[in-house]
Amino acid sequence: MESVARSQPAAGVDAAPLKDATLIYRQSRWTRLTHWLWAISLFFMLLSGLQIFNARPQLYIGKESGFAYNNTVFAIGAENTANGPRGYTEIFGKRFDTTGVLGWSGPAGQERSRAFPSWATIPSYYDLGTARVVHFFFAWILTTTLVVWLVASLVNGHLRRDLAPRIDDLRRLPRDIVDHAKLKFHHTREYNTLQKMAYGGVMFVLLPLMIITGLAMSPSMNAVLPFLNDLLGGRQTARTIHFIVMLLLIVFFIIHMLMIFAAGPINELRSIITGWYRTDPPAHDSKTPERSA
Amino acid sequence: MAKFVISRRKFLTSASLGVSGIMLSGCDAFDSQLGVGDGLRSFLEGANGLTWRAQRLLAGDSLAPEFTEADIRQPQRPNGVTAPDDDVYKDLLANNFADWRLEVSGLVEKPLSLTREQLMNMPSRTQITRHDCVEGWSCIAKWTGTPLSLVLDQAVVKPQARYVMFHCLDTIDRSLSGDIKYYGSIDLIDARHPQTILAYGVNGKPLPVENGAPLRVRVERQIGYKMPKYLHRIELVDGFATIGGGRGGYWEDNGYDWYGGI
Repeated sequence: MESVARSQPAAGVDAAPLKDATLIYRQSRWTRLTHWLWAISLFFMLLSGLQIFNARPQLYIGKESGFAYNNTVFAIGAENTANGPRGYTEIFGKRFDTTGVLGWSGPAGQERSRAFPSWATIPSYYDLGTARVVHFFFAWILTTTLVVWLVASLVNGHLRRDLAPRIDDLRRLPRDIVDHAKLKFHHTREYNTLQKMAYGGVMFVLLPLMIITGLAMSPSMNAVLPFLNDLLGGRQTARTIHFIVMLLLIVFFIIHMLMIFAAGPINELRSIITGWYRTDPPAHDSKTPERSA
Repeated sequence: MAKFVISRRKFLTSASLGVSGIMLSGCDAFDSQLGVGDGLRSFLEGANGLTWRAQRLLAGDSLAPEFTEADIRQPQRPNGVTAPDDDVYKDLLANNFADWRLEVSGLVEKPLSLTREQLMNMPSRTQITRHDCVEGWSCIAKWTGTPLSLVLDQAVVKPQARYVMFHCLDTIDRSLSGDIKYYGSIDLIDARHPQTILAYGVNGKPLPVENGAPLRVRVERQIGYKMPKYLHRIELVDGFATIGGGRGGYWEDNGYDWYGGI
């Protein structure tokens, strides 16, 4: 239904847009609803996931965790030094002092040994069992939302119209990079190449990889899909990939926020809440409209 | 344009204040709602029932992956209690478990009391599997033991039985009403799974104390806390509401999910 109203000043839907041709209906209700469900579930999954990580703040490569040998690639811990307890983060054996945030943190005088600090975990105190309850609840929400979004976006044309890569996208890529670097944004109905790459990357690479590596850690799912861990390089490698994808999703989130603030937060927020988005007024008659931020 | 920049700056300021406010109050905003028995927590726990049903449906009686000798690169890392301090246990250990018995009781036609030799004389199964601790680590080892299904067949399980309750010799915790010995449960589907064994050997040697001597459970499609060590009694029950905290096991009573398939 909504796709019909797109790009036209929707008559009868909202009186305001009638006066203003630059205000377009850009995001369908499916896109908006799933966007916020993801935002909520990724928030809870991240914070409960960091709590789960705290139970074993090491990452390994392979089928198992090396205790009699070393296959650790990442570790967060605490150690006693001449200057008192210090927190450290170790990446491929290279150690960094991260006291206060990673390894050793807490209110002044009550610092404790914990990998991720209290403010970054759910619950704030150490509780692996509860973190697992929260994590798996939102894992169902996240996965269901992804399936709903995929079906809705196939049906309402969001995939084909907005996300499918085109030859043009490749041609426009250098220009898009330059524009983004200059924080020069064009507000149009279409996504630009970098947006397509970012959103497509999250929907079709990062989130599916998160779900697959999550399932690969489940001993019961290993019985159903034994090839998963063979493909990923073992359960502990799957756990490490799960962690790396988490970091990539945080990178996406930070860039996403920066871009929104830079491109006009009110307009961007309105489009993902109400669907309505203000495009740039047609400055000069151009056959190929500039594309949006 | 100037007007727009100002409003953007205001927005940025208020948004970053808002975000940092959320971060500073941390996530202890949710702490009070997440205790065992709290409404929000009980609601969220519903998802675990969904996971259990979904994995049951998908997994059927499929086998957990088994590995090769080459994958055994280290001793089995112990989890939970590694040296029970219980007098009963230490006496049994001093006598090399000659006086130890595995009791099978509850909803069975023929209660059993088996010696270690009797168990070892039954057909055995050896499997190289990966142990996944709930903390996140994994360790591959070769386990040898008696399939639990054979013991259940010998005891003849009554039709109303639904769960197998494992009672252990090790004190995992102390409460006002006394020592809490480790306990846990699985349903009869997992109990009769071909890889569910009562293990008395690991990596070709008798099970050492740290890994649960004389007998521990292996439930290969679940997480480590579902595999009790220092086993001495198996009880067939139709529910576990009256046992311990009523959630089916020691860790379950402390907020862990009863189903440990993930």
